[in-house]
Amino acid sequence: MTPGGRCVEATHGAGGELAAQFLAEHILTRFPRTKTGSIGLDALDDGATLTLPAEGELVVTTDSHVVKPVFFPGGDIGRLAAAGTINDLAVMGARPLALTLSLVLEEGFPLSDLATILDSFAAALAEAGTSVICGDTKVMGRGEIDGIAINTAGVGIACPPISDVGFSPGDSILVTGTIGDHGMALLLAREEFHLRSDLRSDVAPIWSLIARALEVGGIHAMKDPTRGGLAAALNEMARKSQRTIDLEENAIPFRQDVLGLSAMIGIAPTDVANEGKAILAVAPNKAAVVLEALRAHPLGRDAAVIGTVTESHPGRVILNTTVGGRRFMEMPLGDPVPRIC
Amino acid sequence: MRDQPFALNDPQRAAALSSAMHRLVPRDRAVKIVHICGTHEATITEHGLRKLLPDQVHVLEGPGCPVCVTPTSDIDAALQLLDAGVTVCTFGDMLGVPGSGRTLAQARAAGADVRTVLSAADAARIARSVPQQVAFFAVGFETTAPMTAAVLVDDPPSNLSLLVSHKLIPPAMAALLEMPDTAIDGYLAPGHVSTIIGLQPYRQLPGGGAVPIVVGGFEPLDVLYALTLLLRQIATGVSSVENGYPRAVDAEGNPAAQRLIERVFSPCDAQWRGIGSIPGSGLALREPWEDRDARTRFRIEGRAGDDLIPGCRCADMLTARAVPSDCPLFATKCTPSTPVGPCMVGSEGACRIWFRYGGRPIL
Repeated sequence: MTPGGRCVEATHGAGGELAAQFLAEHILTRFPRTKTGSIGLDALDDGATLTLPAEGELVVTTDSHVVKPVFFPGGDIGRLAAAGTINDLAVMGARPLALTLSLVLEEGFPLSDLATILDSFAAALAEAGTSVICGDTKVMGRGEIDGIAINTAGVGIACPPISDVGFSPGDSILVTGTIGDHGMALLLAREEFHLRSDLRSDVAPIWSLIARALEVGGIHAMKDPTRGGLAAALNEMARKSQRTIDLEENAIPFRQDVLGLSAMIGIAPTDVANEGKAILAVAPNKAAVVLEALRAHPLGRDAAVIGTVTESHPGRVILNTTVGGRRFMEMPLGDPVPRIC
Repeated sequence: MRDQPFALNDPQRAAALSSAMHRLVPRDRAVKIVHICGTHEATITEHGLRKLLPDQVHVLEGPGCPVCVTPTSDIDAALQLLDAGVTVCTFGDMLGVPGSGRTLAQARAAGADVRTVLSAADAARIARSVPQQVAFFAVGFETTAPMTAAVLVDDPPSNLSLLVSHKLIPPAMAALLEMPDTAIDGYLAPGHVSTIIGLQPYRQLPGGGAVPIVVGGFEPLDVLYALTLLLRQIATGVSSVENGYPRAVDAEGNPAAQRLIERVFSPCDAQWRGIGSIPGSGLALREPWEDRDARTRFRIEGRAGDDLIPGCRCADMLTARAVPSDCPLFATKCTPSTPVGPCMVGSEGACRIWFRYGGRPIL
């Protein structure tokens, strides 16, 4: 917090003239693109409108974001909130049309930090070609909330929507890049381990990447491996579909520093969050072309085929380990604790 | 000329060790190998190594989880310290292990001051920063005992005391050999403990030379290599103590750490959960540090708790007479969120490790 710097005050969320000034000065100025229909953010009306495309199904998603620390290597809560919502739409096969933005701020939160966070949010929206069309701001007393929480809703259009279960035996399982970067970067940033590294979060809106894959076709299912990481996302896909996902450990792309940190602290990189990655189940005859399309995009350079769908153990994920062993890959149990042997 | 460096999960070398084991294994009988370290179990299970072993080779975890072997009476003593208003510091794993009634986690939820630490030094730091009495619940084998001793010889704050529950591995190995129905064909000895104690204590086991003993490391190839050495000894019928982890373990061990343990502690009989009392398997504070003993300082009465939970097979697990899937409670009534026995609580417990990797070791 900058001593003497300007901060969020209780009146900023209380309606009235002061709140209106706060909105005009500190929030609206951050968002140059404000509408996709006839009534948008700049109208400050009770709601906003969307002009619907002629084809496709509307996809709606919502997410609340809290993160510690608010600023982390590779991003901040603003970029995380925008990317999280855009990516939820993207893995439904939906082009993002518009987002909402609800801010819950702690009294005393530095306005300069808020500006940085909103600029990150706006930049991520621009990367995905979408806008924020309505929003809300509330201020809570000191100690009633930890700095900032952001809720977003997103609306997108999918033709057709892609679920996370529509895959069949024989399909290839792809990931769009290295696994575990965000979770490990945050573990480092929290300084519980007293380590330093260049590791950065992968937080990014990936709609433009997913759009390339959808153009190629053959995408049977998608999911973004956020909380719980690759292991949780694949297990959800396997359980819901009652298929088996059979993985090759040595095909899963990891950064060397992620592997090093993982070995040091005993937390698997497959168990921690990604914020700029997707899992794709692809028809076998399309896997190679989809992979090529993903790799041609800057966010998909490290994309890889990591496994196949089988029927040997319904509802389970199996890992063929690099050394030549074989075991189940389970849902993460929860917060791990250090070994004492 | 040095060999080219290779990864310690190199699949070609693993396949070569696997075929060597298939050549060496006796055709006509099962072979039971026991390790005494949760980290070995973690390596074996995480990398799915049992798939690479001959079918007749069974590898079991014995009393290798320090949290799991801590008896109910010691946890009850920690709970009594909390009742007396003492702040208790210990490793995170200890919080979920049941005493006679409560766990330390439940005591904390009810308002007692339990702190999670990574070492005895952390506990000393806490004691320096608070006015009240602080006790470190010292759990672990020869690897953690020197760290506890190092704090005691370094002028710790006067409000720090210790509830010592350290345990020694070689006496437990000897005890298992003497128990009925254990039928152990060889020991995969713990690499971490061996970095401290070296090889000599294994050679001096009562009935020494009775079974092959190979010290093993913790990477996949370390474990496969040590198991191959064990099967070679079994095939030749000559038992000895071999070092399968020479890049970390010196035959002499770590003399400085040994001297530190020797200076602060003297061996005593100790209670192991699921096994009972093992002679000379515990550590007691020597005379200059007697006033640091939390049991004495706060007049904690030792009372034997009931270590065994009805229906739970942890006792058989800790004596290498069962694997987790032999227990009817495993992954049904007993899970990490609803643990019945300590082997599902400690991150080095066999049940916890098997559960984490799907509950079935061979696919």
